[in-house]
Amino acid sequence: MLTERSRRIGEADIMNKKIYSIGGLFDTPDSIIHAAEEAVKEGYTKFDVNTPYPVHGMESAMKLKPSLIGLVTLFVGLSGAAFAFMFMYWVSVVDYPLIIGGKPFFSWPAFVPVTFEVTVLSAAVGTVAVMIAMFFKFPNNAHPLHDTNYMKHVSSDRFGLNVVAIDPLFDESKVKDFLSRAGAKDIEIFYEPERKPIRVFDPKFIGLLVVIATVTAGVTYFTLNKLLYMPPFTWMAEQDRLSSQSQNAMFTDGFGMRNPVEGTVARGFTPYEFKGQPDSVVRNLSNPLPFSKEVIDRGKMRFDTYCSPCHGYFGKGDSRLNGQFPNPPTLHSDKVRNWPDGNIYHVITNGQNVMPSYDKQITRDDRWAIIHYIRVLQRSLNAKDTDLETKK
Amino acid sequence: MRTFDYTQELPVVDGQPSAKAIDDVVSKPLDTKPGKVWKILITITSLMLLVGGGALVWTFYKGIGVWGNNQPVSWGFDIVNFVFWVGIGHAGTLISAILFLLRQRWRTGIARFAEAMTIFAVMCAGIFPAIHTGRAWLDGYLFPYPNANHIWVNFTSPLLWDVFAVSTYFTVSLVFWYIGLIPDFATLRDRTDNKLKKTIYTIFSLGWRHSTRHWQHYEKTYMILAGFATPLVLSVHTIVSFDFAVSVIPGWHTTIFPPYFVAGAVFSGFAMVQNVLIFVRQAFNMKHIITIKHLERMNQIIILVGTMVGYAYAMEFFIAWYSGNQFETFTFINRAFGPYAWAYWIMVSCNVILPQLFWSKKIRTTIVPMFIIGIIVNIGMWFERFVIIVTSLSRDFLPSSWGMYTPTIYDLGILMFSFGLFFTNVLIFVKTMPSVSISEVKAVVDGAQPSHRGGGHHE
Repeated sequence: MLTERSRRIGEADIMNKKIYSIGGLFDTPDSIIHAAEEAVKEGYTKFDVNTPYPVHGMESAMKLKPSLIGLVTLFVGLSGAAFAFMFMYWVSVVDYPLIIGGKPFFSWPAFVPVTFEVTVLSAAVGTVAVMIAMFFKFPNNAHPLHDTNYMKHVSSDRFGLNVVAIDPLFDESKVKDFLSRAGAKDIEIFYEPERKPIRVFDPKFIGLLVVIATVTAGVTYFTLNKLLYMPPFTWMAEQDRLSSQSQNAMFTDGFGMRNPVEGTVARGFTPYEFKGQPDSVVRNLSNPLPFSKEVIDRGKMRFDTYCSPCHGYFGKGDSRLNGQFPNPPTLHSDKVRNWPDGNIYHVITNGQNVMPSYDKQITRDDRWAIIHYIRVLQRSLNAKDTDLETKK
Repeated sequence: MRTFDYTQELPVVDGQPSAKAIDDVVSKPLDTKPGKVWKILITITSLMLLVGGGALVWTFYKGIGVWGNNQPVSWGFDIVNFVFWVGIGHAGTLISAILFLLRQRWRTGIARFAEAMTIFAVMCAGIFPAIHTGRAWLDGYLFPYPNANHIWVNFTSPLLWDVFAVSTYFTVSLVFWYIGLIPDFATLRDRTDNKLKKTIYTIFSLGWRHSTRHWQHYEKTYMILAGFATPLVLSVHTIVSFDFAVSVIPGWHTTIFPPYFVAGAVFSGFAMVQNVLIFVRQAFNMKHIITIKHLERMNQIIILVGTMVGYAYAMEFFIAWYSGNQFETFTFINRAFGPYAWAYWIMVSCNVILPQLFWSKKIRTTIVPMFIIGIIVNIGMWFERFVIIVTSLSRDFLPSSWGMYTPTIYDLGILMFSFGLFFTNVLIFVKTMPSVSISEVKAVVDGAQPSHRGGGHHE
């Protein structure tokens, strides 16, 4: 009986084809078991039995070794368990320790459910994946048995045995003879299919990849950068509140950020005693902070934040504000260098000429730290000879 | 009294259909154009899906403020429906895995269908935790992955265990189901002449050749999966019950919850499988494959687990009194006689009293009464979750913070959506895939196994 495949190929071609196997069909489970036993007796090792459902006793009739798939399950399952448990340990103890319900960081009984679930998940999915990809080498739709009369029947109502050509005892006429002796009907020869080269560089295939990549990138970009910033996804962000550094119509001055009410005295603080007075009255104000590296670093940070926009990073009066405000004079002048610390403190606190008061923005300690830093800046341009000596 | 030979197994398939006949019966719904009944049903379920989907979309747009949830009842229909649907799923795994391990060969006719129902039910269940977070598009944070915020999930929380349990359950059920389908897809591939169908079946059968060298690993893997699915299914509803039992709310904080929830899950699941099977065997002429004996055995399991659930109800009351804890005592008196007493008594009569009718052999082997009792059981089990969740939350420790819960039309809409999704899936499934396992049924037909090896049934 001609198969669909052989009909397609044509008789003449068949002669040049390589034989894959020879198979025959059987009608009852008893006869296929018997045939399998006979095949083993005959000495065939590379033969296979195809049945529409697992037939009891076939494995022992074919003398198959027990399946080792269980070892895969064991390995994957234990790996999953170990990974889950150690991962939870790492998260809860090392990377992000949080006290929850007064329990220790390493509350192992609470890790049991997730460990169990991950074990089951990895073992089940791993076993099936290994079985399909490595034990069966699936997907394999180009196998010689597909689309044959033989496959049509073993898929449905009959039982098939086929001896594969790689068997050392394989001989076309002997195998045919064996099959008919064993009671097979519809003996059929299966040929190796022609191997078509896989054309990875086919322009159509590459075009498809480019289209998929473009669409994926576009959708991802739109979702992450556009869609999530549209309503209703932004509704959580739309709130009636004041935002810092922004205008607000609620107050007459239009500022969103507010100053303390005039005359407010913070708890534990004495108001600045020379507030609003000329600097000539300032006396007995000395820097309470030590001249240490920490203080100077703090002072540099505050100076760079609050003072440098007008005075420049080095106190030279080189404003970064592009003339929006008149440039202040340099801090390296003899006048400022000879001022006592208290005088600079007074100017920061009280303001001078165009410069506003900074007593709301900069804390008292930070002001004194800034003064230490200004002294460092001044000294850097007017170093003394002794500085070189200490350098030795 | 009738004498019975217990040394012989009963046939699990009526008559002795040939393998070809089994192919034909099972693939008939796949090869024929949908009938009138099917079209009417899918119209109804799609409408449910559509209208309910409107409620879902409105929830996404406006937020979960459109639901009836409030303080103190911060869990309402969302969690009730979640627990209900997860429970429905459990019967499928019980039939396909536990009965497989127990060598209950009668399961073959109904296992495929029950597994499919598991998957659809877990899909329905999964909707609710996903949407009750409010902003469902940020649900990725439920999983522990290295994110830009440098924070991790809380591995000591039952709610997080739930994420793992439900997603594992869904994945493993899907894999188990698909593994069972591979040989059947191969059979369908080899019998169809339709080119499109052939391509689809070829892809999904992966090139299965019914080879004994494959069957050997296949059967072993199937057993391993069944072995894993069994503790998995028990763990899933156990962990769902931890969502409640680990809290300190009176009526929730009890150790009986895990077995009580698992029994309830099997109870409602079997009722649902029984209902849908009755429909399928009627509609697709499979009365000899899904026999009345199958249904009777399912009804026997329903009465068993129903009685276990009844025991749990009684034990809760006993412990409430025996513990001497006044909050616990109040909660249970409040359940039976408080403002939600109507829900409580619906639950008791549907779950404990009415299923007792199955003691009568006539009722448990007659289609119409068993179908009605199946529906009643599912109504009862839905109300059980409602009673547990709503009564405990609405009246806990402080009378000053008591409050009542009323679902809104959106809650009902989303419940309808989940039913629409479930039944639409079921209907599509029965028309596109073999709803009875072809290879498994062939293997248990009389005479399918070699005669001298002790398989099958001997007259």
